[in-house]
Amino acid sequence: MKPSPFTYHRPHSADEAVELLRAYGDSAKVLAGGQSLVPLMSMRLAAPEHLVDINRVEALQSVEVGEDEVRVGAAVRHSRLERDEEVYGAVPLLRQGLVNVAHPAIRNRGTTVGSLVHADPAAEMAAVLLLLDGVVELRSATDSREVAAADFFLGPMQSATGPGELAVAARFGRPPPGSGSAFVELSRRQGDYAMCGVGALVTTGQESEITSAKVALVGVGDGPALVDVTSAAAGPGGAFREPQLAELLASQIAPESDIHASAEYRRHLALVLTRRALGQAHERAAA
Amino acid sequence: MSTRLFGQRVPRSEDPRLVTGNGRYLDDLGHDALAAAFVRSPHAHARIGDVDVSDAVDVEGLVAVYTYEDLVSDQAEHGSRMAEALPLLIPHPTLTHGRTPYPLANGEVNHVGEAVVMVVAVDRYVAEDAAGRIHVDFEPLPAVVGIERARDGGRLVHEDVPGNVAAVMVQQTGDADAAVDAAPHSLELELEIERSASMPMEGKGVLARWDADDQSLLVHTSTQTSTSVRQAVAAKLALPVDRVEVVTPDVGGGFGVKIMHPWPEEVLVPWAARRLGRAVKWTEDRREHFVSSAHERGQLHRVRVGYDDEGRLLGLSVRFWHDHGAYIPYGLIVPIITSTQLLGPYKPGVYRVEFTSLYTNTVIVTPYRGAGRPQGCFVMERVMDAIAAERGIDRTVVRERNFIRPEEMPYDHHLVFQDGRALRYDSGDFPASLEKLRKLVGWDDFAAFREQARAEGRLVGIGLACYVEGTGVGPYEGGHVRVESDGTVVVSTGLTSQGQGHQTMLAQIVADELGVPFDRVRVTTGDTRRFKYAVGTFASRTAVMSGSAVAMTARRVREKAMRIAADALEASPEDLEIVDGQVRVKGTSPSGANVSIDLGTVAVLSNPLRYAFDDAARRATQFASPADPARAPISPGDAPGLEGTEYYSPTQSTFANGMHAVVVETDPDTCEIKILRYCVVHDCGTIVNPMILEGQIHGGVAQGVGGALYERMEYADDGQLLNASFMDFLMPYSTEVPTVEIDHLETPSPLNPLGVKGAGEAGVIPGSAAIASAIEDAEGFPIRRMPISPSELFHLRQEHQS
Repeated sequence: MKPSPFTYHRPHSADEAVELLRAYGDSAKVLAGGQSLVPLMSMRLAAPEHLVDINRVEALQSVEVGEDEVRVGAAVRHSRLERDEEVYGAVPLLRQGLVNVAHPAIRNRGTTVGSLVHADPAAEMAAVLLLLDGVVELRSATDSREVAAADFFLGPMQSATGPGELAVAARFGRPPPGSGSAFVELSRRQGDYAMCGVGALVTTGQESEITSAKVALVGVGDGPALVDVTSAAAGPGGAFREPQLAELLASQIAPESDIHASAEYRRHLALVLTRRALGQAHERAAA
Repeated sequence: MSTRLFGQRVPRSEDPRLVTGNGRYLDDLGHDALAAAFVRSPHAHARIGDVDVSDAVDVEGLVAVYTYEDLVSDQAEHGSRMAEALPLLIPHPTLTHGRTPYPLANGEVNHVGEAVVMVVAVDRYVAEDAAGRIHVDFEPLPAVVGIERARDGGRLVHEDVPGNVAAVMVQQTGDADAAVDAAPHSLELELEIERSASMPMEGKGVLARWDADDQSLLVHTSTQTSTSVRQAVAAKLALPVDRVEVVTPDVGGGFGVKIMHPWPEEVLVPWAARRLGRAVKWTEDRREHFVSSAHERGQLHRVRVGYDDEGRLLGLSVRFWHDHGAYIPYGLIVPIITSTQLLGPYKPGVYRVEFTSLYTNTVIVTPYRGAGRPQGCFVMERVMDAIAAERGIDRTVVRERNFIRPEEMPYDHHLVFQDGRALRYDSGDFPASLEKLRKLVGWDDFAAFREQARAEGRLVGIGLACYVEGTGVGPYEGGHVRVESDGTVVVSTGLTSQGQGHQTMLAQIVADELGVPFDRVRVTTGDTRRFKYAVGTFASRTAVMSGSAVAMTARRVREKAMRIAADALEASPEDLEIVDGQVRVKGTSPSGANVSIDLGTVAVLSNPLRYAFDDAARRATQFASPADPARAPISPGDAPGLEGTEYYSPTQSTFANGMHAVVVETDPDTCEIKILRYCVVHDCGTIVNPMILEGQIHGGVAQGVGGALYERMEYADDGQLLNASFMDFLMPYSTEVPTVEIDHLETPSPLNPLGVKGAGEAGVIPGSAAIASAIEDAEGFPIRRMPISPSELFHLRQEHQS
């Protein structure tokens, strides 16, 4: 469990970083928190010839809470985002999702943007990005572009980040007034990847009627699945019509059996946890 | 008289060093050593063709590459035994088809992870780089995975082992099937336990240094038996035993896997060190540990039981199949233990047990903490619950009715235990233990709680399980105690330590016996330079075996001290006592001149000297005091020095017991299984240190919870281990382990001078049995296989609804 040889680069600016990525193309990997990449390298499942360590790039360290969104730099650790009170005030769903990401030790090193780019199908923050109409900012030596969450996750361990591109930040939209959110998941052990995880965002109107209800599920398909369940809302009490909810989910998720849970059980969990997440989110929206 | 330390919560003297990061584990040693890495089989079953190393030889820093052919030529040229299969450590007459691996695969591999090529390089990185460039031609063969496939015998692991059967063993006390047939009631159950593993935080590791000037080998290895590794290495390398020493550094957990020896690496690394004339080290990584160490627990059991109206057993007939993996170097210990310890605290009526030990193309099986007992306990306790359910009797009542009574002790089952000796319980009071457990968990009040919870839409259940554990197996252990001239007491014992707190526990015993302060006692374990004769640390035996041995030794040293001090004080030895390291005439104050002498001075006087190399020595030189010219300085039969060695060797094991009760809650929607309470009543005879004992129980319970709810080796049909990492092999975190509530009963063992029984494995044994019992109680349908996951509970619910 020792990585194969690689050259380590430590740029101090984003320009320098993207220049390195341009120069080394497919043979380079970006090192941020290293919580997924380093174990993969140690097991020799990944063997990049060049590592571009972005941890010393000052410009990627910032968290900006704007009027419409929260912008998170590529080198920002999960734990910093999780504990930031201003962020929590603006977008509670960030903390609600982050506390489910692995364990504190991993959150102390791992970065939120890194997790998005890694695109594990069970990663919580991908669901959060989808629910909040988020955007990922990509930069290369020659170009900059923004990719909406819906277009960012291409498949298991596959994001829209291309060779030579650096994800410099992710932006999470602030939900409208009258919104409530929640993230619930079930994992085998505390901190494990979830067998199923569900983020929910519910927005209520002046009569406390549900104007919008969305959930995003992880662990039940190739990537996070965003499902608009507004049509299943049953009146202002926050209840949802179960058969309709089940139907809406069924068309959007494709769980598979693995050593931790059967597909059928995951499908069952998806409904149970969706119900629970919507319940909590609605309660918070109404509060 | 100073306070007796035996029975006190003395804090572990190991801990300040270990918890401040000052432990010295195998990989902390030998930074100057070359590193070894291995090319391991990616196939579960394959013939080996060409091994092409041409790509690897250019790797800068590569030192050597070895294959089986090199072992053959070494054997031919140097007379070593390296080309022979590794030893079958524990032969047994019924083990008719025992097969063991070669240090490097000889033409065929039988499990994923089997070592094929050894690479030595300047460091581990380079060694892995080179290993990655070695190409081995494998011709895959069909794999035999799982008990069903092994049992049907259509595919063979070893061509010369028909039906994949290594052994069939039967023990019986009469015609059990006839007794079942004749009984008023009978049941048949099929019960299964899956594979888990010891999984110590520190894997295996070996460091070997060859001293060409001295023609000697010094081996450090992370083992549970340094003395036997020493013998094995000497035999394999054809070295005189006195040219080999084996030292066990701090060991980061063993749990059984490190009692197996010699591992291929344990002979290959010393062999390479000698060939190269350089220090060589190998540190096992986690993936290697998963696929090339050992697993345990995989067994399938079929039980027939006959009983009377009251639920009393009349006949018990058990047949089980034990999956021992690709080879069977450790013999039949695990299934023999299951077949005998299954009986627990009960009288089975007429008993028959038959097991078949089967080869599969998976990692070998050797004892893992509990060693066959968790399976046996699961079987017997499921039977007890099934009888209780069928008869409509409370589960504690059925057990009580079947208990061996205290007045029946010692109780002989008329079976042969794992050590070849009688399965005869020395002591225990099972009804008293059960009563304590009922009180601790509040058994009688639970029905009301269950009803109340149900009314709130919650599912809760209670379960219990009882076990008896044969501990402190022989053949022997020894102790050496020496009092140094500064009063320090140096104790050594040959068995090893892997974190249990032996240093503390043994020091407590010696300090009491000798009358010295605890902090004057220093304990060394597992160093063959200090103590040559020992067996090892397994089977919950250290307190019984080494504890007794050091106690006996300390008593002998004390006698000698009294004799010498009596001379010096011109008193009779019977009038003397030792308090705080001072020998004095009874009833006098410790500091009184001429009436007391400290043990260090006694040690000085025990060793007549010619040279006064320091002030203390001056007192023992020839002109220091008038000598009796008629007397030799050392009397015939006596020896210089205040020291001694004694061995403790019992006629049979001592049998500890315990009972666990568990309260679980299962989520009606998500099928999550939560442990609400975990209660333990434990009886291991007299207790040396309750804090260390409780630590042992806590750790055992954690592993029991792991085995019941989380851990299993997920083998695909082709023999690939799908979860060979800590991400997918789920050991419980602290967040998954409940608070453990403990009560003790002490029924001393009549077999040894301390009255102690072993406790190391106890906590793990009833985990699966008790938790299955509780889940069954919560859910209302039987649980017959463990471990169980939420997903499996979901499917069981569906089966039982339809």
